[in-house]
Amino acid sequence: MATTVIPFGPQHPVLPEPVHLTLKVEDEIVKEAIPALGYVHRGLEKLADIRDFHQMINVCERVCGICSMIHGTCYSETVEELMGIEVTDRAKLLRVIWSELHRTHSHLLWLGLFADAFGFEALFMQFWKIRERIMDINESTTGSRVIVSVNVIGGVRTDLSPDQIRWILSEIEIVEKEVKALQETIMNDYTVKSRTVGVGVMTKAQAWELGAAGPTLRGSGVAQDMRQQGYGGYSFLDFEPVVETAGDCWARSTVRFREVLQSIDLVRQAVAKLPEGELAVKVKGNPPEGEAYRRVEQPRGECVYYIRGNGTKHLDRLRIRTPTFANIPPLLAMLPECELADVPVIVLSIDPCISCTER
Amino acid sequence: MLFTPTVIKNLLKKPATRKYPYEVREPFANYRGELVIDIDKCIFCGMCSRKCPSQCITVDKAAGTWQCDPHACVYCGLCRDNCPTKCLSMKDVHRKPVTEKVIWIEHGNPPKPKKKAAAPKAEAKAEVKPDKKADK
Amino acid sequence: MQGKVIDVTLDTVVGEVMNMKNEGQRLVTYSAYQDGDKLGILYHFDKDLETTHLRLTADMDKPIPSVSGVYFAAMLVENEIRDQWNVEFDGLVLDFNRTLFLDPEVTQVPLVSNVKIEPKK
Repeated sequence: MATTVIPFGPQHPVLPEPVHLTLKVEDEIVKEAIPALGYVHRGLEKLADIRDFHQMINVCERVCGICSMIHGTCYSETVEELMGIEVTDRAKLLRVIWSELHRTHSHLLWLGLFADAFGFEALFMQFWKIRERIMDINESTTGSRVIVSVNVIGGVRTDLSPDQIRWILSEIEIVEKEVKALQETIMNDYTVKSRTVGVGVMTKAQAWELGAAGPTLRGSGVAQDMRQQGYGGYSFLDFEPVVETAGDCWARSTVRFREVLQSIDLVRQAVAKLPEGELAVKVKGNPPEGEAYRRVEQPRGECVYYIRGNGTKHLDRLRIRTPTFANIPPLLAMLPECELADVPVIVLSIDPCISCTER
Repeated sequence: MLFTPTVIKNLLKKPATRKYPYEVREPFANYRGELVIDIDKCIFCGMCSRKCPSQCITVDKAAGTWQCDPHACVYCGLCRDNCPTKCLSMKDVHRKPVTEKVIWIEHGNPPKPKKKAAAPKAEAKAEVKPDKKADK
Repeated sequence: MQGKVIDVTLDTVVGEVMNMKNEGQRLVTYSAYQDGDKLGILYHFDKDLETTHLRLTADMDKPIPSVSGVYFAAMLVENEIRDQWNVEFDGLVLDFNRTLFLDPEVTQVPLVSNVKIEPKK
């Protein structure tokens, strides 16, 4: 038996962002995988020393392009908790509407990339065509397709008029219809199942012990979703976490597909409950001495923000832990004893967002 | 086999993509595009340069210049939202690509400061007050 | 801050973490911050959406016992703290030797005070 060392990444057609794995392979079966990160490290936590706490919202949004609204929301909510500011209900529900639209477009993007990972390029194009409607909603309501920048400390800075709300509801109805038309293909097609069922299996106990987050954890049977805590506008909405028990790539893909439909339902609930009110509360003074800790649910899992203030307008410490950082040890546990051709499918099934991991 | 209905529908419809740049879509009304300043209304208070997250605006009150680096700007719109005289606005199309970096400086007239000299005090007050009223 | 905080020292930290593992808690992450001239580390744990924290205050030049034998997930976070604050961890399962995020030739330590602005008294 001969051992070969094969480098995977940093440039690979299936990876959206650069990460490097050194694979030790014996005759097509992978025996060991060692990661190497650091290709897109920007040092954003250090910028808290130079930019004041209002300008840091824009920096935090740019940690990740796909889930940028949710990073901004978590940062604003943590600083609001530290300073003791109460946000109006209208602002909370508006933040929820944009966050759920971000979750929908992130999962549709991932479903397209996943189909591309095993060569089904036509399905990839179909999912991305559906996603364009959501990008149009983002652009016409906030002013920008990807980095929407609507959060300020104390609320939001853009409003939704009743005409815009009617248009959003009609667009997401079309999105829901088109997504359901593709459900049979992504979940039951013979070619899709033969590449994903039984590949990259992780049991429930392993997932909990290795610290997995998000759909990686819920695909193995653990029913935990950070939105159940009821932070922000989620205290007005009710939903159940989406769980599958198989623990392989097919289960993770099904969890994300069903979460798309769940997010569309949450947007409808939030729009129905939207009250009148002010958009933002005035903020005076600087963050006091103290610390605050908050967790939110991003499309990829659980994201943790820890902030310390020291009485000046610059924060003492800003610490971000993103979900892909927590999902890399489970990846290293899934890779041994799989075939070499399955490596791209497994790496993509944890939804790697390396620019979040390295900030 | 489960994908066949979608394939047949797509073969019979027209393409989903637009032939850019021959066909351009209508811009949306709230889009955050190129930044434009009306320099005659500017009072050189420096608020935009304090709020900017990428620190790309420099305001010099003594010399009367307002400078912005259009390549460092992230087009977030915070300067436009916080300007007290509302002289900043954003167009609904993005800045066109250029082949070399441009520098954008605008020259204007800063408002005159109150004169604190003792002798022409009454005269200066009468001169400054109507000026300031016209400014605001 | 939400969740209860337990204080530990360098000798008791591995014992406390093993208690957490036996209770079935999941390691979320560590946060490191500057506490005067010492380093403060908070270990965050979670079970059924309830948070528990362990607070450790340590000197920056003495090695800290590593818990990556207990929780494999700790390996990546301890390497990151090593990169950013230049503290040694004793017994790390997989050690990247300060090259996880930074390039091998970088000698300046990122998060140890150099650009901080003093609070106006």
